[in-house]
Amino acid sequence: MFQSIPVFGREISIEESLTPVDTALKKKMADVALNAARSRGATYTDVRIGRYLNQYVVTRDKNVENIVNTESYGMGIRVIANGSWGYAATDKLDDDSIAKTAALAVQIAKENSRLLTEPVKLAPQKGYGEVSWKAPIQKNAFEVPIKEKADLLLSVNNAALSNGANYMNSILFLVNEQKYFASTDGSYIDQDIHRIWPVFFVTKVDEKSGKFETRQSLSAPMGMGYEYLQSNPKDQINSVTTLYNRGYDMVADAKAAAKQSVEKLTAKSVEPGKYDLILDPSHLWLTIHESCGHPTELDRVLGYEANYAGTSFLTLDKWESKKFNYGSKLVNIFADKTQVGSLGAVGYDDEGVKCKEWNIIQDGILVNYQAIRDQAHIIGLNESQGCCYADNWSSVQFQRMPNISLKPGKQKLSPDDMIKNVEKGIYIIGDGSFSIDQQRYNFQFGGQLFYEIKNGKIVGMMKDVAYQANTQEFWNACTAIADEKDYRLGGSYFDGKGQPGQVSAVSHGSSTSRFNGVNVINTARKL
Amino acid sequence: MSIISKEEAQAIMKKVLSYSKADECTINFSGSEDGNIRYARNSVSTAGEQRQTSLGVSSAFGKKVGIATINEYDDASLEKVVRRSEELANISPESPEYMPVLGPQTYAESITFNAATAALNPDNRAESVGKSLKVAKDAGLEAAGFLENSTGFNAMLNSKGLFAYNKSTDVSFSVTIRNKEGTGSGYASKSYNDTAKMDTLALSRQAAAKANGSAAAKAIEPGKYTVILEPLAASDLISTMFGGFDARSADEGRSYMSKKGGGTRLGEKLFDEKVTMYSDPLNPDLPFSTFAGDGQPQKKTVWVENGVVKKLAYSRYWAQQKGVEPQPSANRIIMEGGKSSIEEMIKGTEKGILVTRFWYIRFVDPQTLLLTGLTRDGTFYIENGKIAFPIKNFRFNESPVIMLNNLEELGKAERVGNLIMPPMKIRDFTFTSLSDAV
Repeated sequence: MFQSIPVFGREISIEESLTPVDTALKKKMADVALNAARSRGATYTDVRIGRYLNQYVVTRDKNVENIVNTESYGMGIRVIANGSWGYAATDKLDDDSIAKTAALAVQIAKENSRLLTEPVKLAPQKGYGEVSWKAPIQKNAFEVPIKEKADLLLSVNNAALSNGANYMNSILFLVNEQKYFASTDGSYIDQDIHRIWPVFFVTKVDEKSGKFETRQSLSAPMGMGYEYLQSNPKDQINSVTTLYNRGYDMVADAKAAAKQSVEKLTAKSVEPGKYDLILDPSHLWLTIHESCGHPTELDRVLGYEANYAGTSFLTLDKWESKKFNYGSKLVNIFADKTQVGSLGAVGYDDEGVKCKEWNIIQDGILVNYQAIRDQAHIIGLNESQGCCYADNWSSVQFQRMPNISLKPGKQKLSPDDMIKNVEKGIYIIGDGSFSIDQQRYNFQFGGQLFYEIKNGKIVGMMKDVAYQANTQEFWNACTAIADEKDYRLGGSYFDGKGQPGQVSAVSHGSSTSRFNGVNVINTARKL
Repeated sequence: MSIISKEEAQAIMKKVLSYSKADECTINFSGSEDGNIRYARNSVSTAGEQRQTSLGVSSAFGKKVGIATINEYDDASLEKVVRRSEELANISPESPEYMPVLGPQTYAESITFNAATAALNPDNRAESVGKSLKVAKDAGLEAAGFLENSTGFNAMLNSKGLFAYNKSTDVSFSVTIRNKEGTGSGYASKSYNDTAKMDTLALSRQAAAKANGSAAAKAIEPGKYTVILEPLAASDLISTMFGGFDARSADEGRSYMSKKGGGTRLGEKLFDEKVTMYSDPLNPDLPFSTFAGDGQPQKKTVWVENGVVKKLAYSRYWAQQKGVEPQPSANRIIMEGGKSSIEEMIKGTEKGILVTRFWYIRFVDPQTLLLTGLTRDGTFYIENGKIAFPIKNFRFNESPVIMLNNLEELGKAERVGNLIMPPMKIRDFTFTSLSDAV
């Protein structure tokens, strides 16, 4: 699930954001917490000292609406006492406050232990000592002058407004997580993570008819620095519209978006029925996220999310059978927190486990899930898969989705060649409306751009398109996947889960793929 | 302590203001203490407490604005945050939509704080959850739920002498109870300002009854049906409508409140005449702060009366552009209901579907407010005035604007989440496909 942009943290100066907290000081504070919790009776403790920096540059038409730098800095202490989890967090980081917070976490664990059915069982984890990890970015976006960023967005808006758009909103949203983790296992892990998301929304209004159309940017949020905005031709894919890989030309996309929003007003309204769908990675990431990412989260499978996000149709018996046919033989889906440039990339997760890659769906068969330390034993693992994450120092860490991606096809195949074989189809680009049930069977997706394919050729733009399918039927209808040359990442900053709600950023890679005979509905209504 | 009294907050903010050299200065000061407990698989899973405070200073030189925030309150820190906001204002571009700060306002006494809710602790929370777990265990069912309470304060002081302070509490509880086979699921949730109203035992029994009643659901064909939406289901859909009450989006032609040929639908009859919706900060069941974020007083506001759109929200900037009075955004909506209970509404229905709640609701088309989503945790077929059998969940594609024109009956309204909503009977509600989800 995705949520709107939350604004959290306190606002600070740019200079302040560029000075990291001293690692020795963080170690000292962590040790205060570890010792205080141990002395109160905790049998395990981990401490996260987090400095979460955000920068938003927000523009509307010809104006800069807002420039905000926020920092959220504090400590979260998680303990096991009497076999139960307890958690407490504070932004007062003197020794006394840290010790009191640790004591509160232990008190909560002890209060809750009377409601336990079985004690927490953690998979073993070796301590790594004092280690660090930094995202391999080329240019720290926080170091780029604000004026340069604001000027870029204003030129993006201008490109849209001078090509037919009535309104234009654009945002540059930067994230830097400076995270320190320490645990009674003997790890002291310092990490520096960067994310960037340039995004815009074009609106075209036809006052006479009272209709309007929109087109959102075809960018992806990335685990990259400012280099993502320095596009060069090798990052561009020339399709019916220009598509982007590791570098994004925001001005060129805005210009295209404005023209396409005008074209949408008079585009053909789709005739409902069965179509072969050709789904671009800028669209398919979201279908992967919802229909494979979420149902293979082990906490959902087990029922830990039953009261909010839901459970999963991918129950343990289907995994144990080793023959549950999730998709066609072409479908290979893998999990990782290591892909360079992805939103989920990190050295260690939020319970001190080194990150790796593993298969989830192999040749169409369900072979694995996503697990953390207190779940690993349930699926017979003797170590965690490193999927633990908290969105802030104040939030407790729990199982979150790693990057979940569709492997490219093994045979040489381009999207153009794929389209040549389609008799009656729709080529969908960009993510739009999305909804899926609480066990991840039935879904409906829209998009940004829809092109009708007739007898192997794109014949024009369509609108009012959404497709509905059942997850297993849909992935079994996958008949072609383009090769690795077409592999691109999409993703979200705001995957929502948990109570209290937390967000997480995650990428999903894929190449353009074909799905046969999918049910398409028409979404136009009259008021 | 993260909850600071009115007097203490005012004293700190006055000190901050004394450091200001800007043309205009606004100080916002807030703090919160939140506690929660979560459970699943009939056992507690996570629980915690968070405390934080924050003081923000907005300084303006002409139309150049800078904002800085801090959470340390010694004199040096307070002066530092003022200087930093002024430095940021000096390097910021002019904000063409900047509005001068308001002078002193008169606010009604708020009723959002309840001392018993503020006093909840880990022991109380564990006890409340214990009652819920007992219901599930005794019935051989499986519970997952969440209980959270929060206490917060929010204060504002500006260089023209406006001062506002509010303290509030909230407690919310939700529970999903499923049968062990995974073929039945029920849900109940409530939010209150006053913890005395929260009954985790009764809500858990309600969810357990739905879990048993929804087991072994039959599939029926998707299509257009008469539906009875329980208050939770109704609020799931109605709560999506109020973004559209923003006058600027409507004037700009990009909302369902936009009029063909230009302008807004203010004054038009857009819904069935049974529809009346308002907000009231002093409603004892759904109170909210008597001042808005920009310092304007919050008063009882009728948004829709007998189906006619009576008010749209105008920011101070947009109100000035349009030469009208500003109106803070729609908040905590109350929809007037009728007198019937859900049971009575079922009795009066020949054929229809009873919906407990909806799930994963998303906009499909902002122009018509077309939404999609699914039924969840108890969907039942009604025949000859009785619940005949549980049915499998449906995906719907429906607009609440169209739905409120197909309104047959409203039942007795109650608080669900942050709305007060009646159950409603709607004809021709559009279900487009079946889901196997339980």
